Amino acid sequence: MNTKRTELKVSAIRNGTVIDHIPSENVFQVFKILNLDNTSRQVYFGTNLDSKKYGKKGIIKISNKYFENEEISKIAIVAPTATIIEIKDYDVTKKGKVTLPENINNIVKCFNPKCVTNHQNVPTSFRVIEDHKGKMKLLCKYCEKTMGQENIEFL
Amino acid sequence: MIKIKNRSLVSITDYTKDEILRILDIAEGFEEDQRQKILRDYVIATLFFEPSTRTRLSFESAVQYLGGSIVGFASPDVTSVTKGETLKDTILTVSNYSDLIVMRNPMDGSARYASEVSPVPIINAGDGANQHPTQCLLDLYSIRKTQGSLDNIHIAMVGDLKYGRTVHSLVQALSLWNTTFHFVSPESLKMPSSVKTWVKKAGLEYHQYTDFMEVMPKADILYMTRIQGERFPDPLEYEKVKNAYVLDNSMLETSKDNLRILHPLPRVNELNEDVDGNPKAYYFQQAKNGVYVRQALIAAILGLK
Repeated sequence: MNTKRTELKVSAIRNGTVIDHIPSENVFQVFKILNLDNTSRQVYFGTNLDSKKYGKKGIIKISNKYFENEEISKIAIVAPTATIIEIKDYDVTKKGKVTLPENINNIVKCFNPKCVTNHQNVPTSFRVIEDHKGKMKLLCKYCEKTMGQENIEFL
Repeated sequence: MIKIKNRSLVSITDYTKDEILRILDIAEGFEEDQRQKILRDYVIATLFFEPSTRTRLSFESAVQYLGGSIVGFASPDVTSVTKGETLKDTILTVSNYSDLIVMRNPMDGSARYASEVSPVPIINAGDGANQHPTQCLLDLYSIRKTQGSLDNIHIAMVGDLKYGRTVHSLVQALSLWNTTFHFVSPESLKMPSSVKTWVKKAGLEYHQYTDFMEVMPKADILYMTRIQGERFPDPLEYEKVKNAYVLDNSMLETSKDNLRILHPLPRVNELNEDVDGNPKAYYFQQAKNGVYVRQALIAAILGLK
């Protein structure tokens, strides 16, 4: 019953994609990555919704839009826990966890103020790596500094 | 497979173990006969966007011993960089005038970027706080030369291990061999965890110390670095540690016979001048080795060796 009520807090869509299990604080980052503030499609979102698994979660529903693998990879940078659900005629046709790409190009700013990408017209490029604790880090191809999720800023 | 010809060298990790050894072997040949005029028809550009006396002179001396010509600048003040020219434009222009570009630039990552836009190979002579691979090569050359091999070396690195880019690159490179690392530094300047992770991943051992003397009987190589005052947000903190990692001759009594002392130079006070006369002091020879190694690198990249 509770699950039903949570779902209803954000309207159901007939066709499109639901991005579920987004960390609440990162909902707007996902918005930005997917350029949803400039879309003409219907978009619904919620933050701080109850989640059995994560305590609180965010959700975004986009009508009549299915994402390419590359876009899904971008979501993974800020919302590694997210689930992508494709809906056709109110039915779930595909559901899966996001996976991180090997490289992130020209999406994220390098946090190192001395990095060449912050001074010259150079597209940024990062390799996705894990630190010794298994946490995701981005290794800048240019300055070779690694940054954690807390330093990620989108271009 | 060894592939050095026509390739830029930006970071020491661009090279495999075999490629590093190849450069060291060629450098030995230049130590035996330094004045081989193989660069007679070549022009090498040295673009120093920030001053660096010893690295620039060492590169220019390497080129001139080989009979090559040099174009370039020792400071960007006299160039169109001050008019706002982009790095890409400078590189594309200078690549028309030279066969190879040696570049030092204060921006981290500038060398990788230059290597991507340049039609001629780039040798990174220092990109900000990032990489300085020829320093690393000359360190490796000096270690092999004094110890006979790069395998099974106990190296003690002393001083500023947090910010010192030379020690970080050297750790990465030495992790290709069976090295034991001894890191000696004040608490606030310890080796970063990313570098220690590198050592662990290579399946090698490292030990950390704050007491300099503890490491003395264990080391084959003592790699000294300068502790820079400007690294400390609190000047009091600097005052506390600045004299704790100063080496003087009497401290070497317990050291092994084969120990050699390296330092990337310039030194300030961390190496007392009374060490200079000790046969274990190797830092000036180390700087000399820099010329052989740079000769080797230039010759190999141009396909002349």
